[in-house]
Amino acid sequence: MKSFPKSGLFQARMTADDGGAVVSQYLGVDMSQEVLLGDEAIGLGAIDAGISGVYAYPGTPSTEIFEFVDRRTKKAGDVHAFWSTNEKVAYEEALGMSWAGRRALVCMKHVGLNVAADAFMNSAVTGTNGGLVLAVADDPGMHSSQNEQDSRYYAQFALIPCLEPKDQQECYEMMFEAFQLSEDLQVPVMIRLVTRIAHSRSAVTTRERRPQNPLRPAKDIHKWTLLPSNARVQYAHLAGKQPEFLRLSEESSHNELKLRGKRGVITCGITENYLLENLPEDHEFSMLSLRQYPIPTEKVRKLVDHVEEILVVEDGYPLVESSLRGLFGLDGVRVRGRLSGELPRTGELNPDLVRQGLGLGERSSAHDPSEEIAKRPPMLCKGCPHDDSFKALTAALSEFEEPQVFSDIGCYTLAALPPLEAIHSCVAMGASIGMAAGAAHAGYHPAVCAIGDSTFAHGGIPPLLSAVQQNIAITVLVLDNDTVGMTGTQRSMATGSTLDRIIEGSGVDPEHIRIIEPLPRKHEENVQVFREELHYKGPSVIIARRPCIEAIKHGVH
Amino acid sequence: MEKNIILAGVGGQGILSVAYVLDNAALDAGYHFKQAEVHGMSQRGGAVQSNLRYADHPIHSDLIPRGEADLILAVEPLEVMRYWHYLKPEGWVVSSAIPYVNIPDYPEMEKLLGELSAFPNIILVDSARLARAAGNMRSQNMVVIGAASILLDFTPEQLLKHVEGLFARKGEKIVAVNRKAFELGRRAAEFFRSLVTSGIDNGQALQLSSALVPESLDALQAPGWADTLKARPEVLEEIAAAGEKVSAGDFARFRA
Repeated sequence: MKSFPKSGLFQARMTADDGGAVVSQYLGVDMSQEVLLGDEAIGLGAIDAGISGVYAYPGTPSTEIFEFVDRRTKKAGDVHAFWSTNEKVAYEEALGMSWAGRRALVCMKHVGLNVAADAFMNSAVTGTNGGLVLAVADDPGMHSSQNEQDSRYYAQFALIPCLEPKDQQECYEMMFEAFQLSEDLQVPVMIRLVTRIAHSRSAVTTRERRPQNPLRPAKDIHKWTLLPSNARVQYAHLAGKQPEFLRLSEESSHNELKLRGKRGVITCGITENYLLENLPEDHEFSMLSLRQYPIPTEKVRKLVDHVEEILVVEDGYPLVESSLRGLFGLDGVRVRGRLSGELPRTGELNPDLVRQGLGLGERSSAHDPSEEIAKRPPMLCKGCPHDDSFKALTAALSEFEEPQVFSDIGCYTLAALPPLEAIHSCVAMGASIGMAAGAAHAGYHPAVCAIGDSTFAHGGIPPLLSAVQQNIAITVLVLDNDTVGMTGTQRSMATGSTLDRIIEGSGVDPEHIRIIEPLPRKHEENVQVFREELHYKGPSVIIARRPCIEAIKHGVH
Repeated sequence: MEKNIILAGVGGQGILSVAYVLDNAALDAGYHFKQAEVHGMSQRGGAVQSNLRYADHPIHSDLIPRGEADLILAVEPLEVMRYWHYLKPEGWVVSSAIPYVNIPDYPEMEKLLGELSAFPNIILVDSARLARAAGNMRSQNMVVIGAASILLDFTPEQLLKHVEGLFARKGEKIVAVNRKAFELGRRAAEFFRSLVTSGIDNGQALQLSSALVPESLDALQAPGWADTLKARPEVLEEIAAAGEKVSAGDFARFRA
């Protein structure tokens, strides 16, 4: 075959200057095709579903959603797109847009939802006005994350519907449905992605863009004011909607049940592809493909009644598997999956692991290298300012016995690896400062922490305020490289003079706010600055200021 | 028809640019395709791969299963090793022979090239030398895609169209450099394969094609070189001693 499906009327093209997005030339009908990452398909789906705003904090593998919407709507300027300080702020801004009657997309990585959880959980109780969709990208296998938590639990926790696309086309389509569901049901709706769909490209057929909503602020004040008396009413209201959510799941075309033989498989989202990759078309497995939650109990019941065993394939936590298994298992049906050991308990799934789970033999390959292959971990770029900052810090710390440095999340986390091995913790956005304070409370000295400018803006300000109020002896190194480096040089909210003024405003003694330029030729004087501040018995901040070389190279900001 | 290609290299070597060219050629040809790539942390000098699949039927998995890759296209030789078990028994490897050493435990080069050369279905190119001849060391990725083009389902022009599209924004000069890198890579691969089919082993074929003037590589001259090399293996050292000035057409000069 040499012509595209849909009769060759399409000519899709990725344009290099649109970062892989596409300009389509379509002849005649209101439909066209683009080559998109899963993330970009989410972004375009949201634009075409009529959003008025997109909100996000950068985080792999979700970053490209916001970036696509921003890039695509910049010229027309008809969609609000500006990075938020953190995920909670992003979520609240999106909720405000919804309150005003317009549609909003808010996107983040899975651990970002922990930050936004307060607003997220309560927004299910308030409910929405304009459509509100949360696109959250999980990272099974932790390609670029601290854990592999499964956001479907959050949807279940908040009692809201969740959609889980299996491919790029569904990423696009589901945005229309998600906004419709949100407006019909008056709750936020979650779209759950995994890395492998977020960062994979394919051709996507698009449709006509829907008009945006007019400004139509919410009028039902009690609903939005979660005083206990109102919140009880709202929570009961949310609980009362659950049968409707379940009915929609049962009727959803995304939850496909195909009864065949006595062996059953339940797939969730992308894992349907890993299953089908291993099966001939005329296979004998009974299949339930789940892509809309809550779990459709009737469809699951039909499968359970039909088969003798069920393999549950989830790229994430065993949410469906543990629901199915309950505390004591299912009578007469063996449930297999991550909990039973047929699939690995942790990590990302792939076609090979699913093949193993099905009990099929390993495919033969051309060559198995005889020895273990040298790993090639990521590292700081040549000439990176962080390199000079940590060299100076490490030199200054050498007078102490086995000094440890609390650190945070960003490119500088790579300083944990050889050759620098200069930092000794990485837990959560902003955690370095609070942990250093706690260690200082315990009598640890010197309590040193290192945090980037954007991470400081995101989550570092509250713990610094606390430390200053307590006048605790901590040394905070703020690595101000003027950008969010790790995710691709996005805008930082607190860099340069803005950062300086925030730190001054927090109450740190101006004599102990030191600014250094991390350069090899300034090594000695920088070491001296660190030495002085390490001996100070109060909160001090050293700002290491030099722009990210990647950002300079790409001419951003 | 289904083709599965693993693109491999180190962050910064331009793997996603290779993917861009192949994606668009597949799209032009009307194929279904999926292409999974790596963003984020690994792009900072780490091992980077992309799984590219195209077919005349819908594709299920974004990831290529073990033993299902038709081709590993690598801009760095160690990176072939990392994904070799994904290759079909009858699959092909096209790789740069130039190491990117940014780790302390990089294997011994001789051993690495030995293991690669022992594999029959391989094409090795000196991407650094060819890219330099094209005018820019950063064009090594285009050298490798040019080399792989002799195995792909697309004509050079179908691919070059997107090489141009990729670099158009950077000006005509950069476009010309990358076009040339592609063409030198393709010719080096043809020359390499012609030597091998004339009875020269992969290791020697790499040595010889790396020693001759890049622009002069011509598959038609390869059988002549093969005969020379079989008769006088020391010819490789003689060429090395002569520097870069030996052209593919000069084989007769080294015969006796």
